[in-house]
Amino acid sequence: MMNAHQMKRVRVTTIAAIFLLIAVFIISVATGFASLTPSELFRTMMGQGTSRENLILFEFRLPRIIVAILAGMGLAVSGAILQSITKNPLSDPGILGINAGAGLMVVVYIMFFTVETTSFLYVLPLFALFGGMLTAFVIYIMSYIKGEGVEPTRLVLVGVGLAAALYGATLTLSTRLDMEDYSFMANWMAGRIWGDDWTFVLSLLPWILLLIPYTMFKSNVLNTLNLHENVSVGVGVNVSRERISLIMISVALASASVAVSGGIAFVGLMAPHIARSLVGPRHQVFLPVAALIGGILLLAADTIGRVVLDPGGIPAGIIVTIIGAPYFMYLLAKK
Amino acid sequence: MFKTKTKLIKENKVYSRPAVGTAILLLGFALLLLSIVLAISVGAAKIQFLTVWNAVINYDPTREADRIIMSLRLPRELGAAIVGAAFAVSGAIMQGMTRNPLADPGLLGLNAGASLALACVFAFNTGANYLTVMILSFIGAGIGAMLVFGLGSMSRGGLTPIRITLAGAAVSALLSSLGEGIALYFKLSQDLAFWTAGGVSGTNWAQLKIIVPVVLIGIIVAVMFSRQLTILSFGEEVARGLGQRTLFTKIVLMTVVLILAGAAVSLVGAIAFVGLMVPHIVRFLVGTDYRWIIPCSAIFGSVLMVLADTFARTVNAPYETPVGAVVAMIGVPFFLYLARKGGRKLS
Repeated sequence: MMNAHQMKRVRVTTIAAIFLLIAVFIISVATGFASLTPSELFRTMMGQGTSRENLILFEFRLPRIIVAILAGMGLAVSGAILQSITKNPLSDPGILGINAGAGLMVVVYIMFFTVETTSFLYVLPLFALFGGMLTAFVIYIMSYIKGEGVEPTRLVLVGVGLAAALYGATLTLSTRLDMEDYSFMANWMAGRIWGDDWTFVLSLLPWILLLIPYTMFKSNVLNTLNLHENVSVGVGVNVSRERISLIMISVALASASVAVSGGIAFVGLMAPHIARSLVGPRHQVFLPVAALIGGILLLAADTIGRVVLDPGGIPAGIIVTIIGAPYFMYLLAKK
Repeated sequence: MFKTKTKLIKENKVYSRPAVGTAILLLGFALLLLSIVLAISVGAAKIQFLTVWNAVINYDPTREADRIIMSLRLPRELGAAIVGAAFAVSGAIMQGMTRNPLADPGLLGLNAGASLALACVFAFNTGANYLTVMILSFIGAGIGAMLVFGLGSMSRGGLTPIRITLAGAAVSALLSSLGEGIALYFKLSQDLAFWTAGGVSGTNWAQLKIIVPVVLIGIIVAVMFSRQLTILSFGEEVARGLGQRTLFTKIVLMTVVLILAGAAVSLVGAIAFVGLMVPHIVRFLVGTDYRWIIPCSAIFGSVLMVLADTFARTVNAPYETPVGAVVAMIGVPFFLYLARKGGRKLS
């Protein structure tokens, strides 16, 4: 159980994270093309904006910001689950190749169907999910050795290798696309948040609303799975079943997020680490903080990418990688 | 001195099969010639074997077949062969030096570094000649390698294979996403994508004139240092105990690796897995002596790349499939096998 000091720390951290998220939100709205100053933003939020201000906020800015926050949350929780289950602090859906699997299915979808139709928005996440699930399944099977189970380092190694192959396959298929589809695909792979419409928010929201609370509900299971396997069995956790169902949730969160946000790695790595170092390893407190930090990270990356090198901008995924890869290296060196 | 060396070599179970090695070199060379001729004769315009031979021996620019062979097909196949040799030898050296069965220029950040350098060349200076491009991609490969090995050696517990592989994945992600950013920003994405995916289609004689000597010199130096490499592959302490100047040897070998990988990437793009697979297969055949592994890897790598490129060119004609993807399709099962087999030993 937590003592009063720890409780206070958790509270302070959570509130600070929420404030930081709001601050990044305000900065994001106030920068770049078609921006609103903080006072304009406040007025518009209160329902007293001009029609131009309403248009900018509710049609252009808010959907994209919400997509970034939701995708960041999904990736963060997905990474947290993977890290706890594999007992490997270097796990991340991007590094493990789940993004690459989802990406392959996305390019397959684009090859056979058009990008324009509205049903696309709802079907694409399902395709991405299928690709992610299949990849996770293959990684799991390939790293399972009879009598030894799934050894965490082998899991990561297999994932890295598989990611390289899937990436190669995706690249192969995408050179076959016409210019327009290709440029969509290239941006998708680089992690440009392309969902900037309320329909994208709607296609992502159910996944986040269902799966993140469910994961939090499973906090105790995650706490025990993070310990030695024998301990988990000892306290009565059905290890293999819980592990598989949680892996599926993690894959679903990652796939749904990357379907609308593009191939973004390292958010799922960084956010749980930062959260753990702030509030400790208990999942009850660290999962919500990780989700908040994931949202902050991705929104900040998207904002930076949008403002730097105007007008083209840089995909958020590239910004995240530029921050995240050195962080990964730091973790690797420290470990 | 000599006695202890022999003893140590025996203890470490260096074994070589000179007969098999010689056979592989001879057969491999024949196979290489055969596969080049085969590669030239298949494709959009089918050409008889004999015509290929005639065109090389007795070139007549008025014949169409001769022109196709000499200006398109032959440079392409030579390019594939030289690149395959370069990747395979650099992989073999890296595996020996780091004692890491998973070492490969593609997995350890060299290729990503070279690609980044090339993205910069494409973005900022389109008029650069091929020599400049090659030197820059050599520097890029060097940066990638420095990051990975610097990072690996900084970490507590030293350079375990798995840590190096993970560091390679992270450095590759970082460098290639920088490259991708540049490509997207300057809108040269699809050209670069095809190139990154690997293709020797644009190879011309001017490029070959530069790259062939560079790669050949690299391979010759590698062969000259292959004895030292064999000793180094027992481990740093053993090598030093035998009186080897390990630092000097390592610097020479690392430079060779960078030159080979940089040159290969500048021609064909970032192709992984050739440098991983070939030395393993060769080691299985000829034993653990690098005096045999290096030349055999060179031949084997050439054959593999020529065949992979021919497959990539014909499997879905008239479209070209990036040869890098073809190699990855063969290479990944191999990688997974190694990761499974060595799972415990590696960490």
